[in-house]
Amino acid sequence: MTARAEVVDWALARYHDLEFSVAREWLAEQPSRHACGYLPVYAPREVIHAAGMLPVGIHGVGDQLEIIRGDAFYQSYICHLPRSVLELAQSGRLGFLSAVLFPSTCDVIRNLSGMWQLLEPQTYVRYLDLPHQHGLDLGERFWEGELRTLLADLSRISGRAVTDADLWRSIELYSEVRRLVLELYRVRRDEPWRVPTEELYPLLRAGEVVPPEVFLTQGRAYLEAVAGEPGRIRDNSRVIVVGSFCEQPPLGLIKTIERAGCYIVDDDFLLGNRLIQGDVVTGGPPLRGLAQAFVHHAMKTSVLYEPDPAGKRRLMKERVAAARADGIIFAAASFCDPALLDRPMLRAGAEAEGIPCIAFKYAENSGQFQQFREQAGTFSDGLKLWGGG
Amino acid sequence: MESDPRPGHAAEIHKDRSMVLQKEMIARHYERLERAPQCGDPVVYTFVPGNLTELIRSFGALPVLPEINALQSGMRGRSRDFIAAAERAGHSEDVCTYVKCDIGMLMSGNIGPTGTRLPPPDLLLLSYTGCYTFMKWFELLREQYNCPTVFLQVPYQGDGRLAPEHRRYIADQIRSDLIPALESITGRGYDEDRLRANLTLAREAEDDLVAVLSSAKHRPSPIDAYFGGVYYVGPIFSAFRGTAEGVEYYRELRREVEARVAAGLGPVTPDGPLNDQRFRLVVEGPPNWTHFREFWRMFSDEGAVVVASTYTKVGGTYDLGFRHDPDDPLGTMADYCGGCYTNLNLPTRIDMLVRYLHEYQADGFLINSVKSCNSFSAGQLMMLREVEQRTGIPGAFIESDLVDPRYFSAANIKNRIESYLQMLTARRKSSQP
Repeated sequence: MTARAEVVDWALARYHDLEFSVAREWLAEQPSRHACGYLPVYAPREVIHAAGMLPVGIHGVGDQLEIIRGDAFYQSYICHLPRSVLELAQSGRLGFLSAVLFPSTCDVIRNLSGMWQLLEPQTYVRYLDLPHQHGLDLGERFWEGELRTLLADLSRISGRAVTDADLWRSIELYSEVRRLVLELYRVRRDEPWRVPTEELYPLLRAGEVVPPEVFLTQGRAYLEAVAGEPGRIRDNSRVIVVGSFCEQPPLGLIKTIERAGCYIVDDDFLLGNRLIQGDVVTGGPPLRGLAQAFVHHAMKTSVLYEPDPAGKRRLMKERVAAARADGIIFAAASFCDPALLDRPMLRAGAEAEGIPCIAFKYAENSGQFQQFREQAGTFSDGLKLWGGG
Repeated sequence: MESDPRPGHAAEIHKDRSMVLQKEMIARHYERLERAPQCGDPVVYTFVPGNLTELIRSFGALPVLPEINALQSGMRGRSRDFIAAAERAGHSEDVCTYVKCDIGMLMSGNIGPTGTRLPPPDLLLLSYTGCYTFMKWFELLREQYNCPTVFLQVPYQGDGRLAPEHRRYIADQIRSDLIPALESITGRGYDEDRLRANLTLAREAEDDLVAVLSSAKHRPSPIDAYFGGVYYVGPIFSAFRGTAEGVEYYRELRREVEARVAAGLGPVTPDGPLNDQRFRLVVEGPPNWTHFREFWRMFSDEGAVVVASTYTKVGGTYDLGFRHDPDDPLGTMADYCGGCYTNLNLPTRIDMLVRYLHEYQADGFLINSVKSCNSFSAGQLMMLREVEQRTGIPGAFIESDLVDPRYFSAANIKNRIESYLQMLTARRKSSQP
């Protein structure tokens, strides 16, 4: 087995592991350890880590688990993610978590925080109101205060007194993680035949459920292995996938898009792992640095307010240009308010620039991909025949 | 008095003076809005939860509430076409129909529900209170208007309370961002005395509204706290809180309700007074607006009166004790925003329902789950279960939508309501010695 295949196999095993075995093993090594889960899109993993806890991303189960208990909590017009998350919880698979964070992604995740308070009373639950006030000291101060409260609460659970030095170590560690993620994205953008998304995505999913040091080791090994292989260039179109930042697309959908003739050269899957662009500025108090990094350097996304009136219209042009893409696939989960409410603005901006687009909806447990294959295939052919943006 | 034009409903409908007052107030407001561009009256679009009407009016500006326009369009049969127009323009069938109704109305000339043209905003005040969709709504509207937007972030009460630092955060945003924006668009300076005077008027109306809502503790209940309740909260949730007109309306409404209590009368329904009240219910969730009267009639025909509802708290939880405090203008506005119903976490919402069931001695509760509104709807099945467990009272669950008539299945809903009430009857009989 090649070094690359070993990493991919390892990542796929983590992707398919609904028991969170690595996290459980990490906890078992020292009985005093704790783990803290978080839902999409963004949670400050640095703070969790500094408090001595393992951050664990909870991103649903895809099509791997039949949802029975989770469906009992939701009407048909609610997206699939909270059902599968509740299925995980109700089946005891998340029992190892001492805390769960619910970022302000949408009202469904917001309300799920209250349900968790009632269903899992032994677990610390916090709703994270991400700051929307950009360019104002107010937003920084607010978010710094939220981070301080979170740190104090998690420290109480873990029993660890956290120093500034602890925080800086964690901040640096996750800066390293972000740098690696961005490097993986850069290589895929520049040479997508070397880094297919059907490999990159499971690797990043694995990064959500293992200690950061483990992810760094595996990710670097993957990059090294990729660099040593020539790869085979295909006559594919270059597309970016937009709208899949919360409920994740099934791996089968990602494969389908690629096999239909598209190189995915940018996406917003698992966006939280690179939401902060750039490093946290050192020198001041660590939580202030983290707060400033978020308020001033968070990527533009549907879950955060866009203060620039022209920002939404411009965003797709900028992203397509940065990725040197030919077109956009708007792929949103059914009933995903953030993605679907944003789509008309984003699409209008793209079309005004002559950027070809297609749009479809999926659920994390979608099992039939024929329609996506036809759409993506036709789109890719069209891009090759008539050119892209 | 008006005649009901529907076949088989020839009875004359009694209109209280408060109803006439409200109708006149709303008509005047829309007329004034239509003239606003000519008169130079600045216009501020904002949302019902977390609306800062006293502050807006202290600058001489006029508020426009897009949800009110959407629901009024729904009640007047116009929302279907507006939603269709928005969907044709690329808006998803999965998202909030208030938004699509509003966008569709804008695309169709921005003629408001009363038939008058709505003016463009001078300011979009995005009071981000208890609803994610609000953010997208004004990002969408902003594309159509060349005006500033102020984003007021109101932290969610995830821990069941408004933390002091969150209260400060809201007040600081009002001070440093919103007030300068209002000064800029109106050309007027911030006048705290005027704001205090408006807050004093708001408080007076709030006292009367709470007296009206609390009157449902009487038997028979003199009000329907859901179907009637949405009319009662109309002025205070929209443009009239903190105005002399609002005070007059609520004084009159309270007088009428107290007179009904004294006379032992029930509320006026689409088919006349409901004095023979066989079921007292609590309702969670917004009503359906496209079939509002038909929906109401499904209850009143069965002798069911709603004695408390959560929807009538989306614009403020006055019955929990909140009153605007003129002595702390910015702080009280922060408290107001933080305490709106959809900004409360699920356990608090469940506590409210349980409290209503006990305090209003209700026989049952019903959840109307609307497809459009995840802020309300996500988690309602769990609320149903929790409330049942804590009170021992069975609940009913129906599904509809706010303003999309495609999602109102009359036969299905009626069937569920009738079955539920039959079950309550059987339960009542079985518990009798």
